[in-house]
Amino acid sequence: MACQSSAVHAGIYHYDELDRRFLAERVAQFRRQVARRLAGELSEEEFRPLRLMNGLYLQLHAYMLRIAIPYGVLGSHQLRQLALIGRRYDRGYGHFTTRQNLQFNWIKLVDVPDILTELAGVDMHSIQTSGNCIRNVTTDQFAGAAADEIVDPRVYAEIMRQWSTLHPEFTFLPRKFKIAITGSPCDRAAVAIHDVGLRAKLGADGAIGFAVLVGGGLGRSPFLAKPLREWVAEPDLLAYLEAILRVYNQYGRRDNIYKARIKILVHEIGIEAMRAQVEAEFERINGPRYRLDAAIVASIRSHFAPPPFTAQHERSGGFERECASDPDFARWTRVNVTTHKQPDYVSVTVSLKPSGGIPGDVTSGQMEAMADLADRFSFGELRVSHEQNLVLAHVRRDDLYLLWQELGRHCLDTANAGLVSDIIACPGLDYCALANARAIPLAREISLRFADIDRQHRIGELKIKMSGCINACGHHHVGHIGILGVDKQGIEYYQITIGGDASENPALGQVIGPAVGYGEVVGLIERLIELYLERREAGERFIDTVARIGIRPFKEKVYGAAA
Amino acid sequence: MALLLKDGEAVCDPWAMCGDDDTALPDGPAIVSLERWHRDRSLLSARNAPLGVRMKSHQLADEIAGDLDRFGLVVLEFPKFRDGRPFSTARALREHHGFTGEIRACGHVIPDQYQFLIRTGFNSVEVASSAKMDSWKLALHEITIAYQGGILDEAPLSMLRRKLEFGSATKR
Repeated sequence: MACQSSAVHAGIYHYDELDRRFLAERVAQFRRQVARRLAGELSEEEFRPLRLMNGLYLQLHAYMLRIAIPYGVLGSHQLRQLALIGRRYDRGYGHFTTRQNLQFNWIKLVDVPDILTELAGVDMHSIQTSGNCIRNVTTDQFAGAAADEIVDPRVYAEIMRQWSTLHPEFTFLPRKFKIAITGSPCDRAAVAIHDVGLRAKLGADGAIGFAVLVGGGLGRSPFLAKPLREWVAEPDLLAYLEAILRVYNQYGRRDNIYKARIKILVHEIGIEAMRAQVEAEFERINGPRYRLDAAIVASIRSHFAPPPFTAQHERSGGFERECASDPDFARWTRVNVTTHKQPDYVSVTVSLKPSGGIPGDVTSGQMEAMADLADRFSFGELRVSHEQNLVLAHVRRDDLYLLWQELGRHCLDTANAGLVSDIIACPGLDYCALANARAIPLAREISLRFADIDRQHRIGELKIKMSGCINACGHHHVGHIGILGVDKQGIEYYQITIGGDASENPALGQVIGPAVGYGEVVGLIERLIELYLERREAGERFIDTVARIGIRPFKEKVYGAAA
Repeated sequence: MALLLKDGEAVCDPWAMCGDDDTALPDGPAIVSLERWHRDRSLLSARNAPLGVRMKSHQLADEIAGDLDRFGLVVLEFPKFRDGRPFSTARALREHHGFTGEIRACGHVIPDQYQFLIRTGFNSVEVASSAKMDSWKLALHEITIAYQGGILDEAPLSMLRRKLEFGSATKR
């Protein structure tokens, strides 16, 4: 396909004839199902599970289509196609989610088979973005680029994607199942809040293996995942996952959907009993049939070969000069640029959180601009982060100034990655059928209150995460400041937690006091930050200060000493 | 009245399902619940005609592992199609316990699960007589690629992806 030529070096899994045939068959199958539904042969009740298996939800106002972006990696041709779909079938924009996926919120059922055909044209789909199955595997947005990376997690994320695709045994689990993998000691994939978290690492002999965590998750009963096994060797990865999934499929609760996730099973039987059952199952199935062949790993790894970096023998000094002459640029590079394995390259976080904007929303025009910039500056490849931003993973340091200027033309140059206005927010009551409260308008108000970018930089790293209901799609439990929307007799209230952390030192936030009304949230956050600025010691981030002084001073600041 | 499907075709069902009361079993092939098997084990063991056992979705493979040589048929019941436990039970019967008899799905199953059933070790499905046969036939061949090993694959997991061959392979 001609449109793919620009992304030939993109670190994506490049489909072959068998992959394309599979996808074409799957689209044809859904086209027939939709036709039967539209003809009245299928009731909504019968159709529901079929559409959910293709990522199609019925929301408050319209159908929502959730498109899988496997482990958050996209070729520029794929992003262009998403832009086209947004323009042709939606309202000219899309929404990136904490699951590294893209959602279109204004879809017509009759168009869905055509949309899936357009997606299949660029090797994309919406399979398993919903339903009680193994969902899109997520990972570090800097995979294959980060200076601190030990193992490239994309290789294993792709292997797990393939292995889990229409898995015959694990497509009707008690509940959904999310796997996240990191290959760096610094965990940017939040593996501890997933059903299974994998930390890829190297053994003493240089062999690749995985530490496996199980039973993490947020929602109404948040749990951090517990260590299940310190070391699973690469050839055993799929057998070990099969063992976990089989134990879960057989023993996970099915009597109450709120208790059906694997975290509840682990909590109820205890991690030791869980380990004993998984090990027994693993012992039984760990034969050659399930062994992950080194040849398969090598063949998948070849899709993620490093792009042709150009080595620079001496530094031009251009970057330093541009930083010195343009303080706005220098400020942007301080938070939106991450160190790369290659000293002449960096990874760039493109903020989708402009002042007063909707977190994660991108217009079709911005998608096309990003695709063009990816072609010019990053080998035709992009990433979606779970923090709802885009990433250009491989940008030459000397190109940064030009890239930043180009981003500015499309309002994509906000210098706030990791700062107070880089808010994660779920769609909330503006779209979602489950929500109790609005999240988007509140995120916009917080963002506007802290619009002064210099002030944000003085405050430093502060991750606000917000969910419009207890299901916690906005990861509020692990926000440095977490905001949870609740409904009290038809009125929106917000419960505030502090001290949550999604990193390699994961922690669940603690509630600081009674929920407050919509109009009080911004002021409350202002007071939390005021106290932090009063009390912080040199080099301390907001959560470091919370960890040192505890939540009581924050509570008193917000609710008064009597609290 | 239910229809029995094998390889996408309706076939004659030689098996008779028996209740949990003390009524004598018919002379031909008969299916009893796991509860009745536990209760009347010695009596049922003395029979010459083929015996089948019917298990609910929470009754797992290990519960009959020791008795499998007595059974020519294991019927696994789906109380609702979303209850996926029987997929694991079937697979365990085949892979862990080497069961080579017939494994049948009954209860609430939908055509979209047909390939999954076969690939986890089922070889027949009981459907309502009102079921749309076209949908079931189509479901068998709608998708021809699988990304992971199934029960039908003799070879080790040397490839993640393979072309599926349904039909003869399901006639165990």
